[in-house]
Amino acid sequence: MIVETEGLTKRYGSTTVLNGLDLTVAEGAVLALLGPNGAGKTTTIRVLSTLTRPDGGTARVCGFDVVREGADVRGVISLTGQYAAVDEEQTGRENLVMIARLRRFARPAARARAVELLERFGLTDAADRRVRTYSGGMRRRLDLAMSLVARPRLLFLDEPTTGLDPVSRTTMWDAIGDLVRDGVTIFLTTQYLEEADRLADRIVVLHNGGVVADGTADALKNSVGGTRLDLVFSSAEDALRARDVVGGAVDGPTLSVPSDGSAVHLHRVLDDLLAARAGVLRVSAHRPTLDDVFTSLVLADATAMAGVTA
Amino acid sequence: MTASVTMIGRSIRLSRRNFDLVIMAIVLPVLMMALFVYVFGGAISTSVQSYVDYVVPGILVLCTGYGATSTAMSVTDDVQKGVVDRFRSMPISGFSVLTGHVVASVARNALATSAVVLVAVLMGFRPAATVGEWVLAMGLLLLYVLALSWLAAAFGVIARTVESASLLGFFMLFIPYLSSAFVPVATMPPWLRAVSEHQPITPVIETVRALLNGQPVTSGWLALAWSGGLLVVAFGWATWLFGRISRR
Repeated sequence: MIVETEGLTKRYGSTTVLNGLDLTVAEGAVLALLGPNGAGKTTTIRVLSTLTRPDGGTARVCGFDVVREGADVRGVISLTGQYAAVDEEQTGRENLVMIARLRRFARPAARARAVELLERFGLTDAADRRVRTYSGGMRRRLDLAMSLVARPRLLFLDEPTTGLDPVSRTTMWDAIGDLVRDGVTIFLTTQYLEEADRLADRIVVLHNGGVVADGTADALKNSVGGTRLDLVFSSAEDALRARDVVGGAVDGPTLSVPSDGSAVHLHRVLDDLLAARAGVLRVSAHRPTLDDVFTSLVLADATAMAGVTA
Repeated sequence: MTASVTMIGRSIRLSRRNFDLVIMAIVLPVLMMALFVYVFGGAISTSVQSYVDYVVPGILVLCTGYGATSTAMSVTDDVQKGVVDRFRSMPISGFSVLTGHVVASVARNALATSAVVLVAVLMGFRPAATVGEWVLAMGLLLLYVLALSWLAAAFGVIARTVESASLLGFFMLFIPYLSSAFVPVATMPPWLRAVSEHQPITPVIETVRALLNGQPVTSGWLALAWSGGLLVVAFGWATWLFGRISRR
């Protein structure tokens, strides 16, 4: 196991950010830590990359304890934080050479490594421009390149595409995908289910500083069910009457019905409602979103906790 | 060692490219000096010597002290932008990260000091110092700037925003007025005089002034003790604070 945590806790004042987190990651895996803001995603990465000391529990990275053997941990990992940590007033090339020198590359080797990475991340043409002039996507790519200078065994990516436009996001995903093929273990956090789906072979959902789900993207989506039909009626009474016919849940004049997403099912629902003289104004179909995943997992979590205290 | 050299190279390159910083470091001292020599100088009597000879050492100490505080802003900026996180997740020491900022600050101040001395000479500054006295005076200034830069680095680690880090500069610009920088302390009311005579900047100014004007040095050891002591304390404090960022 390249990452092993046991009962990891971290508090800021009276707020518990990590609440006994147990997590293991196998070498070569791509793990996505998914969760809403404040779930403890960034804190987990900060503890594992030795930036923050945990208050309790243990964490080992490549067999080294993050508190007692921090220097050894730092030798094998790289971190790309939430905000592109690049020097605006240095050029792309200068940023890369600087990191290579800090990683103890000799001067010629540092320059060669910079050229190699600029090429790989499509930054050769912009190499000698100051980063201030780069687009958001270029900055993130440079940031990622800087994390790869020393060929880490484990790479932490904290929300690698937050704030990027769709095209830059796809480019970034391709770059991360290439790393996976190189065998680098990747530990990333994200708020986007799509991102986790595309990159990770394992998704861990965090809520209130603990793990509430752990599995593949498909397993996660199946856990919240398939498509949902929202049927809007002219009044709440009509919606309630329709529920007696086709089932589902009512919220005001809206009735939500679980569906398999097929046209046949939609036809049958509408036919049944027509027969019952319940007039539907509008129909819309929804695929499960990350919100649905969170809502269902968080609700389940709250119910479970209520069960424990009762 | 390589890490410190790389960090120094980085900080110097960044300050060279930050035009505002360079302008502030050089233009402000020169304007201050012109203000004191031409505007207030005529009204302030320092008896024996010409006011320009009296005030230049004061300006030098004030401006280097103020310039050193820009270290706080550059350190805070790095912490805020996550650059420090990147460095802290790498196998390099916190010492080298701060050293880069401090050495760049000393370099900026050396440049500013040279500019002030040059303009001062154009304004009629006629130092009577020998080469040896020049070396001693500049050596003391260097020690003083180094100490204040480390102090500023410590403030930079604590400060949550670049704006609050810049407050230190405000204090450093103000405190020298309560010293013998611009007027002899003998002209102040007794209570203020007691403060002025016993604050660390006065012996530094007095020593630099005596050295540059070829007068007997009376507070040399005191100036050295204040600056050296401050350097040791500030260095220790800054590196300790940097190590504690992980507890936040």
